[in-house]
Amino acid sequence: MTTLAASAVTAGYGTRAVLRGCDLALQSGEVVAIIGPNGAGKSTLLRCLAGLLRPTSGAVLLDGDPIATLPRGRLARRVAVVPQVFETLFPFTVREIAGLGRVSRLGPFGTRSPADLAAVERALAALELSPFAERRIDQLSGGERQRAVLAMALAQEADVLLLDEPTVHLDPGHQRALLARVRELAHERGLVVAAVLHDLNLAAALADRIAVVRDGRVVRDGAPAAVLDGALVAEVFGPGLVVGNRDGLPFVLPDR
Amino acid sequence: MLGALVALLAVAMAVAVLAGAVAIAPGDVLAALAGRSAGPEATIIRELRLPRVLAAAVVGAALAAAGALLQGLLRNPLADPFVTGTSAGATLAAVSALAVGAPALAVPAAAFGGALAAVWVVWRLARVGGAPTVVTVLLAGVVLTAFSGALVTLLLTASDRLALHLRATLGWLQGGVAVIDQGELAAAALFVAVGLVAAVALAPRLDAFAFGEETAATLGIDVGRVTAATLAATALLAGAAVALAGLVGFVGLVVPHALRGIVGASHRRLVLAAVPAGAATLVIADLGARTLLAPAELPAGVITGLVGAPFFLALLVRSRRIAA
Repeated sequence: MTTLAASAVTAGYGTRAVLRGCDLALQSGEVVAIIGPNGAGKSTLLRCLAGLLRPTSGAVLLDGDPIATLPRGRLARRVAVVPQVFETLFPFTVREIAGLGRVSRLGPFGTRSPADLAAVERALAALELSPFAERRIDQLSGGERQRAVLAMALAQEADVLLLDEPTVHLDPGHQRALLARVRELAHERGLVVAAVLHDLNLAAALADRIAVVRDGRVVRDGAPAAVLDGALVAEVFGPGLVVGNRDGLPFVLPDR
Repeated sequence: MLGALVALLAVAMAVAVLAGAVAIAPGDVLAALAGRSAGPEATIIRELRLPRVLAAAVVGAALAAAGALLQGLLRNPLADPFVTGTSAGATLAAVSALAVGAPALAVPAAAFGGALAAVWVVWRLARVGGAPTVVTVLLAGVVLTAFSGALVTLLLTASDRLALHLRATLGWLQGGVAVIDQGELAAAALFVAVGLVAAVALAPRLDAFAFGEETAATLGIDVGRVTAATLAATALLAGAAVALAGLVGFVGLVVPHALRGIVGASHRRLVLAAVPAGAATLVIADLGARTLLAPAELPAGVITGLVGAPFFLALLVRSRRIAA
């Protein structure tokens, strides 16, 4: 059982505090969607959880220990991040991209062990990328590219997977497929998963829990049906949105 | 692939030693190399041609490896020590050292210092606004090269010491391996060897920069340390190359770029392949420089410029088209 928690985290950029005393607790086997309006602090929260941004007060705790004390290489073996940006001018193959996930375990001259090579193959197989492994990343579709970057994170074999708006460049079909696969992997492997999502319906359908961030704090945290009600949606996102329910699954639509 | 490149280098070096403005029979060449003969022809082989060919190999390898490193760190396939102004910075420092009458050993050290300063400027400029773009990197190069060029001209005009050796200095500035002192060659070769070892060690970690510094960090890279080490290795390689051969352009750009299409994007393969490929390229360029208009001698930098600049323009046009 792995836990990752933001505990009373205050963090920001320069003099501007974006998160103010933010709390969020994550644990193995759960997919948590982080949603909220623009500028609320969703990405800032994710970056704190990933160890990319140091809180000015409070702490991020991995199994109870502050991650600030962990060196980069060690942290990378516990926490993997799927980046939002995956454009590169270099013609890496899918296998090479996935291989980047093992960079924290390279020998002094970049030697890879058989364990590293096996981890890469497992990550590719988990995302059905094995047939594409030798294809260059610039020859792939957006969906395939996002899967390649997800494979990179999986190859790290970390206990925690953090995703920053992983569906931005994908069509609805691919959005659903990617998140459904992440959810399967989370449940199968007992991963701690948090994803910043801007699509409320994806969050409702594919997350075990939704954490709503507003003005730098988590204002509601629970199962989708418990969190997404008309009152909260109106309060957080403003007027003009209608909340419905289909077989116990909430959905949010713009109101004409 | 690596084997093929090493073979190519061996062949290029053999041809370069055998051929030249003065026709020398192969048997005499071998005798001279083996130390079994004396006289003007043997002198030409041992003290002019051989050091020259070795210097071309060392400089070519250094520039190609430095280009591969810079391209990986800046995430930009159009970067190289010449284009980014690193070589210009090294040149300015080296000329300044000569102008103040510094001892011979201080010149490569000055070149290294100048290269380090220049590559640091490029790196800082390239980070403004987040992602290093083609424009910022090239702009940094333009500015550094112009500034360095102006100061070098000033020094050439104002310094009596440099005026005494004006022709030699100008020849060196234009980039060539025409007159190579064996002590300088040995020193440069040592620096380049150290730089290459560092380059091969750093190369696999440079792959992790593909999606930016933040992602490199989450993959487990100590970004600050790897960046500093890469800049230092680049400066060492570029500085040694400049100290030995002045401003040789485009080798660091063209060689890694051409190799990437063949060996792929992995920086480890790229740096390893760049060593023999860069060496062979400059050996061949220098051979062309001294035989094409024989008995006149062009600086090797003229050949690399004439071939490299159109190549660079073509790459630039293609990359803008892709980006648009």
